[in-house]
Amino acid sequence: MDHKEFIRGGTALSEDEIKSGKIFVEEDALDCRYAWDTGVAIGRYLAELKKGKIIAKKTNCCDRIMIPPRMFCELCYRPSGAWTYVQDTGVVNTFSISNIYYDASRVPSGEPNPMPAVIEIDGASKGMGIMHLLGEVKPEDVKIGMKVKAVWKPESERTGSITDIEYFKPY
Amino acid sequence: MRKVAVVGAGMTKFARRALETPKELSYQASKAALDSAGMKLKDIDCVAHGSAPDAFDGIHQKGEYLADGCGGWNKPTMRVFVGGATGVHAIAHGWYHVASGLADTCLVVCEEKMSSAMPHAQAFFLTIFDAITERALGLNLIWIFALEMKRYMERYGYTKEDMALSAMKNKNQGLKHPASQFYGGNELTVEDILNSEVMASPVSRLDVSPVSDGAAAIVLASERTARRLTDKPVWIEGVGWCLDTAYWATRDLYYPRYTEIAARKAYKMAGIREPHKEINIAEPYDPFGYKQLHHMEGLLLSPKGKTVELLRDGHFDMDGNLPMCPSGGLLGVGNPIAAAGTLKLCELFWQLRGEAGERQVPGNPRLGVAQAWGDLMQVSSVVVMGINNA
Ligand SMILES: [Zn+2]
Repeated sequence: MDHKEFIRGGTALSEDEIKSGKIFVEEDALDCRYAWDTGVAIGRYLAELKKGKIIAKKTNCCDRIMIPPRMFCELCYRPSGAWTYVQDTGVVNTFSISNIYYDASRVPSGEPNPMPAVIEIDGASKGMGIMHLLGEVKPEDVKIGMKVKAVWKPESERTGSITDIEYFKPY
Repeated sequence: MRKVAVVGAGMTKFARRALETPKELSYQASKAALDSAGMKLKDIDCVAHGSAPDAFDGIHQKGEYLADGCGGWNKPTMRVFVGGATGVHAIAHGWYHVASGLADTCLVVCEEKMSSAMPHAQAFFLTIFDAITERALGLNLIWIFALEMKRYMERYGYTKEDMALSAMKNKNQGLKHPASQFYGGNELTVEDILNSEVMASPVSRLDVSPVSDGAAAIVLASERTARRLTDKPVWIEGVGWCLDTAYWATRDLYYPRYTEIAARKAYKMAGIREPHKEINIAEPYDPFGYKQLHHMEGLLLSPKGKTVELLRDGHFDMDGNLPMCPSGGLLGVGNPIAAAGTLKLCELFWQLRGEAGERQVPGNPRLGVAQAWGDLMQVSSVVVMGINNA
């Protein structure tokens, strides 16, 4: 017996068959809107970002300083402890230079390439990082281990969002 | 726990955009699997099916929509969903139904149709990230895999060429799979991959598996039923799965800890002490070239940091000590998310029975492992399958 007998269907369509209208297609565009409550821990995190500060939360059970802050330690499953500020500096743990935006559309030539990175935040437990973007650095100069500092939006433009930090830059 | 066997497997061809609806794809794969087992739907006690984000189809509660195509009406039917890991997870889920004694037979079906999402399925992945702390940064899966790939390469000094070699191996192997969307196409070189468009460094376009539509299915049976149906049952020797933290930026991406934990559970159940010596075929999850190497380390099938060396030495070739992804994997056959994991189980079934045709691994392989990975790059499901050890 050969397995080929049990591979059936999955009829590939060509661009032509779709464009010529030979295949019927039903189109729809959903317009789903949401308003997410930011909650206790992240609500405070965002309020502090609006002030130009990064806040974390300590655990009483396992001696961690958690960022993003959480109301409970997910490892020990106990309530977390005191709020504590951490620095707005950190170290690049890993990074990418992107030629695509989130929807896989290409970055037009001349536009800056987004540079996503995991940044280990100074003052948080070792390895505790957040994803953010890098800026004011040439793509070829970005390195793992590079020290970076938050570049904040002007206070009047901050809204209590992760984007109140525009990006992190080397310092 | 009762012994559980795989007694049938079937799948559709994978295509960038398929004519068939998700239900029709599910039906085709399920019917082929039933036919291969010599069974009818009335012989099936329950259905375990899997499909990844509803957002691709734009059909909420997709499990309910798919159920008739999966043969699930008027039966206990359950959908599981752990993102990319769904295709292997669904088998573990189906295994429980039979191992527990609740059912004698279970049809496991996984399906994905990604082409409905316009203009590109990648955009819909934005909605899997934390709504408040991450989405506003406009990220996607290519970005976070690029971050992981970079971290992995940096840790061991692996090069872009090393990673391209890994992708090339599967892309070219896939040309031999009749279900591949590239079946019968031309081989790629490492240069082709290195020269392909950079999407998000270090990820280039040909380092990545394609977007696909397709379905795959297997049939599970209890020992007594299996022995009545076939003289070549393939036994499920072990299953394991593990979910790591969804704060993905707070763990070190260089090593898939979740895969090791899942694999250890599956090996323990299978009585495997030295997986790198005992396993004959590996089907690690390979949406990217780097990722199958990363997973081989997590599966304890290759020492940390030595995997490229073994790859270059031919250790993972079809005639090597541990053939890796003889199916061609997601890179070579296609990546209809949930169905891609099940493709790997179909491959182990065919390989262990000696029915894999042109792709048959030599030397009568007896034990294989398949693994898939998903959610926010932190969940792994592992299944060990074997033959002739009743
Ligand atoms: Zn704790």
